[in-house]
Amino acid sequence: MAHAPTSEFKNPVINWIDQRLPVFTMLNKEYGVFPTPRNFNYFWNFGALAMVILAVMIVSGIVLAMNYTAHTAYAFDSVERIMRDVNFGWLIRYLHMNGAHMFFFVVYIHIFRGFLYGSYKTPRELLWMLGVVIFLLMMATAFMGYVLPWGQMSFWGATVITNLFSAVPVFGDEIVTLLWGGFSVDNPTLNRFFALHYLLPFVIVAVVFLHVAALHITGSNNPLGIEPKGPQDTLPFHPYYTTKDMFGMGLFLIFFAAFVFFAPNALGHPDNYIPADPLVTPALIVPEWYFLPFYAILRAVTFNIGLPFSDVILIDAKLGGVIAMFGSILIWFLMPWLDKSPVRSYKFRPIYRWWIWLLPLSFFMLLYAGAKPAEGWYVLLGQAGTVLYFLWFLALPIISRIERPLPLPASISQPVLGGGRLAATGAAAKPMEKA
Amino acid sequence: MAQTTAQTTHTGEGETRRDFIYLLAAGTGAVGAACAVWPFIHSMNPAADTLALASIDVDLSPIQVGQAITVTWRGKPVFIRRRTEEEIAAARAVNEAELIDPQPDTARVIEGKDEWLVLVGVCTHLGCVPLGQKTTESRGEFGGWFCPCHGSHYDTSGRIRKGPAPANLPVPEYAFTSDTTIRIG
Repeated sequence: MAHAPTSEFKNPVINWIDQRLPVFTMLNKEYGVFPTPRNFNYFWNFGALAMVILAVMIVSGIVLAMNYTAHTAYAFDSVERIMRDVNFGWLIRYLHMNGAHMFFFVVYIHIFRGFLYGSYKTPRELLWMLGVVIFLLMMATAFMGYVLPWGQMSFWGATVITNLFSAVPVFGDEIVTLLWGGFSVDNPTLNRFFALHYLLPFVIVAVVFLHVAALHITGSNNPLGIEPKGPQDTLPFHPYYTTKDMFGMGLFLIFFAAFVFFAPNALGHPDNYIPADPLVTPALIVPEWYFLPFYAILRAVTFNIGLPFSDVILIDAKLGGVIAMFGSILIWFLMPWLDKSPVRSYKFRPIYRWWIWLLPLSFFMLLYAGAKPAEGWYVLLGQAGTVLYFLWFLALPIISRIERPLPLPASISQPVLGGGRLAATGAAAKPMEKA
Repeated sequence: MAQTTAQTTHTGEGETRRDFIYLLAAGTGAVGAACAVWPFIHSMNPAADTLALASIDVDLSPIQVGQAITVTWRGKPVFIRRRTEEEIAAARAVNEAELIDPQPDTARVIEGKDEWLVLVGVCTHLGCVPLGQKTTESRGEFGGWFCPCHGSHYDTSGRIRKGPAPANLPVPEYAFTSDTTIRIG
């Protein structure tokens, strides 16, 4: 019988199973002896942390669903019942609510790690693109989850976001009616959002599986951005990185718990504790913080784009905003091709190592502008942030071409064991194992 | 040997016919799949009971000049304002060419019922409910309605005058069933 060679396990039960279905061999190959670059810094904890928080979200979400009623007349009250009457309901709901914030926090750092160290470059393009797919799925899931408590922000957030689709030329209104299942955000909308909010996390699990599978084909990138040259450059995943990930997880869970127990509503909007009212719009509709930069980009396009010297409007302000907002994430798909530099890590890239910081700068500018009313200089700030954000990507092909990268170290183990990357000058750095 | 030759010829001849069958099968399959998918997509469109609630009658007799009421129609607010002479005059004094979405005031009311303005009270930008139904609320720079979400100003005819909204507040389909009653939808 032709199958993958299996290992021998001491436990006869495990052995019996493994010879019929080699899950333990696979587990050992992918998470036991899996060769992992030895020079990871703490940025490399965040993929594992994202998986932990995904599990927390699914477990807490399933339990919440057992007590939640997806009906406009009961949804708000059922959430309050979870908070007051269901045993530990407050804890589970606060875990789920703050877990969403944590998920985005962790994933944003994880994505930024990719930008810093060029993790999107060949051969990891598909791995990166699967990550962007996961992020888009996360956004959809988080948006629909936020609608479920049926508070004022739930309702009006859902109204604003579903109305984005009315910007689609010709079929806009039909698409929005189809999304709503009616003529406004109402009970049919709440029902389908609940169904999809339950479904999408499992789709995320599936894409995460592909993401990790692709990672285990190419192997991990590392802070130096050079490929491991042999066993002296790697460590087995277990116990080295299982330990490091667990340590990071401990710190992260303290951070998470601090919010859950001491400031559970700090990141939320108080208006969402007012039951949804279709006749009263809150004075200021703001999404959760993790959507603010994209919301600011949406609002930054306040002008129509038309043929010059005529009244012909090609793209009105609304459609322009929608295109810019979706484009701001879809442009991530192009990163492997926008960045022409063969060098991955920002450390060896004299221009990019400065350029990279404009990305978080524009992100935070937009985050701030998105939280403020669309008037006065906040509009200008949002527009400046939008220009900077897109400029960052569009200038990348030029920057990466004119840049002269610094010499790369000969191997991963050389700077690790030879005391800093300047040791590249000393030919004495031997690729030896540190005991 | 003869058989082999015959077979080769048959295969050669059969390829185009087989291609056609493949195309036909795939085409039929695609149409079948689309037909099978449609009920699932259409099930997400408004259901019969949702559509059944699609029209309402409103009694206008208690509304005084200068007052406005909001009624719910198809889950959306409908603004009904009994305009003052000044408001009507202001709406008609506008140079139409300056409007973002040019439309005369007369096209937005029923002839002879010029004081009644009936609008779907949903901002055409991203669906917020504009302020201005109560006299205490901000009515924007043009005395009509003001959307606080993204700062769209509507005039006393519900036309967009300033801000990101692309179009005027829509006038729903309605008719006077008596002197003081309208049916919306």
